[in-house]
Amino acid sequence: MSLVTLTVNGEGRSLDVEPRTLLVHALRDHLGLTGTNIGCDSSSCGACTVLVDGLSAKSCTMLAVQADGAEITTIEGVAEPDGTLNSVQQAFHECHALQCGYCTPGMVMAAMSLIDEYPDLDEAGVRSGLEGNLCRCTGYQNIVDAVLQAAATAATANAPAGSTP
Amino acid sequence: MIPAAFDYEVADSAAHAVELLSRGGDEAKLLAGGHSLIPMMRYRLATPSVLVDVGRLDDLRYIERRNGAVAVGALTRHSELEHSGVLAEHCPLLAAVAAEVGDPAVRHRGTLGGTLAHADPASDLPAAVLALGGTLVARGPGGDREIAAADFFTGWFESALAPDEMLVEVRVPASTGGWNYQKFNRRAQDWAIVGVAVADGGSGVALVNMGSTPIRAAAVEQALADGATAADAAALAAEGLDPPADLNADADFRRHLARVLTRRALTAAGVP
Repeated sequence: MSLVTLTVNGEGRSLDVEPRTLLVHALRDHLGLTGTNIGCDSSSCGACTVLVDGLSAKSCTMLAVQADGAEITTIEGVAEPDGTLNSVQQAFHECHALQCGYCTPGMVMAAMSLIDEYPDLDEAGVRSGLEGNLCRCTGYQNIVDAVLQAAATAATANAPAGSTP
Repeated sequence: MIPAAFDYEVADSAAHAVELLSRGGDEAKLLAGGHSLIPMMRYRLATPSVLVDVGRLDDLRYIERRNGAVAVGALTRHSELEHSGVLAEHCPLLAAVAAEVGDPAVRHRGTLGGTLAHADPASDLPAAVLALGGTLVARGPGGDREIAAADFFTGWFESALAPDEMLVEVRVPASTGGWNYQKFNRRAQDWAIVGVAVADGGSGVALVNMGSTPIRAAAVEQALADGATAADAAALAAEGLDPPADLNADADFRRHLARVLTRRALTAAGVP
C-alpha cells in the first residue's frame, strides 16, 4: 500500500491505496466524491476529467500515487460554498448545455482548463479543445455555446481596467 | 479494467531511475505521463512488475536553445511544447505537432520522452523528431549516449533503448524553413490513419503509421534535392512501403493517403 496525500477541493486528504489504484477510483471510492463520472474507462470520453494542479487531466488514466502532493479540483469544488455557480456552470445552465448530464462534470472541468489555457477561444477552438470529451446525447451545440459564453465572461473579467472588450 | 498489481518506486533523479530499472530487470518499466503505458496496463497488454515513476523529475522539463539546436528535457509535457516561445521561434514544427496530440487533457500529462520511448508508429511526435533529424540522449548505467532519431525506432513499440536506459533529452536542430504537418483521421482525438511531417522545405519528410516505425520518406527527400516539384516528389511517398491494414484503412488506401498528404504538406511548406 502507498500513502497518498492530496489537496482535494482545498482540503488536505490522506489515503492509503494500492499503487494500481486509479485516481478516479481514489476520488470516488476512497473519498466519496462521486461527482466525477467514469465513462469509457479508456481515456477517450473525458467523463472523469478533473483538474490536477489547475490543468485538466483524465483521472482514469492517472494513478492515485502519481497525484501525491498535487492539488485536485473536482466538480464538487467548483461552485462557491453558498452554492453560487461558477461562470462555466452558470453558462451551462443558461445555454441548456446538458441533457442526461453524465458528461457534464467532465465537460465543465475540461472547459475551465480550456478557457485558462487558450485566452482567445473561438468556436473552432472550443470544438477541438473539447474533442476529448464525448456527449452521448450529442448535445454539442449548446455545450459549445456555453463554453464560448463562459470564455467571453472570463475575457471581460480579465480585461485591464479601462480597456474596452 | 484495473492494472495488474506492481511495485511502485519513485525516482528522485535520472541516475536513480536507471538504478531502479537495473534492479527491476526486464519486468521494470518507466512511468512518465502514463498516457500510453497506463491504458496498456489497464488492458493488461502491459504487466510490469515494477513501475519506476520519473514523472517528478522536474529538472528534465525544459526547452532551451543550445549551440544552434533546441534541447528539450525528456519529461517536457506536450502542452509545454505547444506553448513554448523558444519552439515558436526556433522550431515551430515541433510545437505544431505537439498541439495535434490527443486532446488538451492528454497533452497536459504526456511527455516527449515518453512518446518517443513508447515508439508507437501511429504517434505524431516521433515522426516530427525524425523529420527534423533529431538526436536522442539516453542515460544508462555507463553514462549518456546519443542516438540519432533515424536509428532509434527499431520496430512496433520497439526502440534502441536498452531495458536499463532512460531518455533524458531530445535535441533538434533549429529549423525555421518551410514546415507542415498533415494528420488524417476520421474521428476527433484518434491516432493518425496516416500523417506526414515536413521540415525545412522538404529536406526532412517523415511518415506516421505507414509501417512498423515512423519512416523517413527518403525517395521524396531525394527527389526534392534533385529539383522535383512538390507534386512529383509526393508521388514517391509510399515507394517501397508496406503499411498496415486495419479497420480504418487497407494498405492501398494508406499509400494513397501518404501521397496526397505529402503533396499537401510540401505545398503548405512552400515547396513549389
